[in-house]
Amino acid sequence: MNRSLLIFVGVIFTVVFSLSGLVLVPDWQFSEVGPYKTEDGTLYPQPLTGPPEAGRHVYMDLGCIYCHTQQVRPEGFGADIERGWGRRRTVMRDYMYDPINLTGTMRTGPDLANIGARQPSKTWQYLHLYNPVITSPGSIMPPHPFLFSVGAEAVAPPDAVALPAEWQTPTAKYIIPNSRGRFLVDYLMSLDKSVNLPEAE
Amino acid sequence: MASIAVTKPAAVDSQELLTRVQTDRSCRQTVLIYYTSAVFWLLLGSVLAILASLKMHIPGFLAEWEWLTFGRVRPAHLTSMIYGWAVMAAIGTLLWLQARMGRVRLPLPLLLPVSGIVWNVGVAYGMIAILIGYSTSTEWLEFPVPVLGFFGFCLVLVIYASLVMMMRRKVHHTYVSQWYIYGGVLWFPFLYVSALILTQAPHVNGTVRAIANWWFAHNVLGLWLTPIGLASAYYFIPKVTGRPVHSYHLSLLGFWTLALFYNWAGTHHLVGGPIPAWVITVGIVGSMMMFIPVTTVAINHHMTMLGQFGHLKTSPTLRFVVFGAMSYTLVSFHGSLAALRSFSEVAHFTHHTIAHSHLGVYCFFTMMMFGAMYYIFPRILRREWSSAPLIKVHFWTTAIGSIIYVVGLGWAGLVQGWMMNNPDIAFMDVVKYTIPWLESRSVAGTLMSIGHVVFAILVWRMLRGDGAEQQGPTLFTTARSLRAQRERKARARERAKGVA
Repeated sequence: MNRSLLIFVGVIFTVVFSLSGLVLVPDWQFSEVGPYKTEDGTLYPQPLTGPPEAGRHVYMDLGCIYCHTQQVRPEGFGADIERGWGRRRTVMRDYMYDPINLTGTMRTGPDLANIGARQPSKTWQYLHLYNPVITSPGSIMPPHPFLFSVGAEAVAPPDAVALPAEWQTPTAKYIIPNSRGRFLVDYLMSLDKSVNLPEAE
Repeated sequence: MASIAVTKPAAVDSQELLTRVQTDRSCRQTVLIYYTSAVFWLLLGSVLAILASLKMHIPGFLAEWEWLTFGRVRPAHLTSMIYGWAVMAAIGTLLWLQARMGRVRLPLPLLLPVSGIVWNVGVAYGMIAILIGYSTSTEWLEFPVPVLGFFGFCLVLVIYASLVMMMRRKVHHTYVSQWYIYGGVLWFPFLYVSALILTQAPHVNGTVRAIANWWFAHNVLGLWLTPIGLASAYYFIPKVTGRPVHSYHLSLLGFWTLALFYNWAGTHHLVGGPIPAWVITVGIVGSMMMFIPVTTVAINHHMTMLGQFGHLKTSPTLRFVVFGAMSYTLVSFHGSLAALRSFSEVAHFTHHTIAHSHLGVYCFFTMMMFGAMYYIFPRILRREWSSAPLIKVHFWTTAIGSIIYVVGLGWAGLVQGWMMNNPDIAFMDVVKYTIPWLESRSVAGTLMSIGHVVFAILVWRMLRGDGAEQQGPTLFTTARSLRAQRERKARARERAKGVA
């Protein structure tokens, strides 16, 4: 029996059916959701602009998502909240302006959904990116020396970050982040999903 | 049954043989371009795999080069293996299978070989883009949007060729492999285009991007690699054993349930994520329903193989294909279970998922494609494989390597998940626990890569024409076949003596 037409129609139907059900219906369901007006009158979330937005591109091109997620699972499902990765679960509204999906699927390293609130020290972030074992002994995160230049002048430039004494060498006493390094840290500092949202209670 | 007579045809008339030779010849150029390119990307993907694996437990390794940082090497490995190796091997295989099964010549004798070259340009462009920092950072869709132009050109030609072969086919009956191939050929371009739009276009909700991302990434496996892999299994198992498929109706049930349920399964990758519960529930239900197609395929293949397992000793094709078919059953059952919320709570975000994806793409699909290539290369080049022992080395290195990979990381991932879900265990202790297992992955990956190099040598020698002109299939020798060979030689000597 010749079933070419049946196969053709069936194949197209099944995939369009699932696309509509799984992707287009949620899109329509979310289209009504807007930003949330917090108690002090500001809107959350805000689309990223300026250096943090540029930093998101650095986050993307360095492939951070292959080891880090940006989502907090609800209480009672995993230990995300107990580990201090967030005060509440993350919800759809947190991501409404994201031009790219960076929620991630792998936790070789810890979650970063709230890293800006959890680790507010820029110095820590720079040292950690330059060589993660400086701040986190035992870490298997790759060093990112290409985001920095190093120096050993007696008078360090104003944007230099001093290396801890045991990590200094005759040619490298401090590190200076380049623009990509600064953008990336600005982006990390912007990651804060701790605003209380009614749907995440 | 003699262990040698593996592909002894029941009764093939000379007209039939002539048709086969003609269809094989019509495929030669196109399939060669797709296959040899696939092997090239397999080798490159292996190098990137070993780099990425080493970087995971030696974080300072080559760290000063930005383009080789882990976050770039890893997606470069994935895209080389998926879009370079797997897709090109799949296209080569499906074009040959369709020509063979429909007893028609491959259409577009100029454009299809060109499409192979264009596809290579697309993959190369995409991989360079990832390495120098232009990845979209969307898993499985890392290639920048313009690559779609290259892929689209080729896919339109492949769809066209498939439909033309469907129309012109001389065999009116549609074999189950053909169902799967038409499914895959139509699904893949649709998936790629719609997912690319939904994940990259402006004004799509960020969460919807995540859903579209996993709807795509999961369906590439289920609605593209799986149909082509199963089409190969459904073709080669009966072909090599000389037995018909156990049940026609089961195979139809398997096809339509796959089409219906697999489509919905992808969102189980987002369990616990910031998306509506019903979307995840649908994904879990779809994953559970996958037990139906998987069980039907498993029964069908097992019943066809029943009593024929002796052929595994001699036929390289069958050995790889059966390894692949068994892995398909395993990876699918495992995938359905892993979709459950309780399982996902532990295994999600861990190396367990990586083990699972290698069980699917490697143990199932890649091994299936090796099997197909061992059958198809000699047919289109009219040459034997030059060395049966090298094929054995290829099989055992890849089989053992992939088992170490999947079992090691699969177990480590579960423990990693349990440890992560216990907030009393410091995160760094979880990292430290995984390191020996990450090292075992490097060992496994090296073994598999040795197998790939051996396979590439075999292909290279095949292209150079080292093997004998084709008489029959290249088979492994067993004690019995060796004895038979010795007896034949002895008889020949006796005859020679008699003449003298």
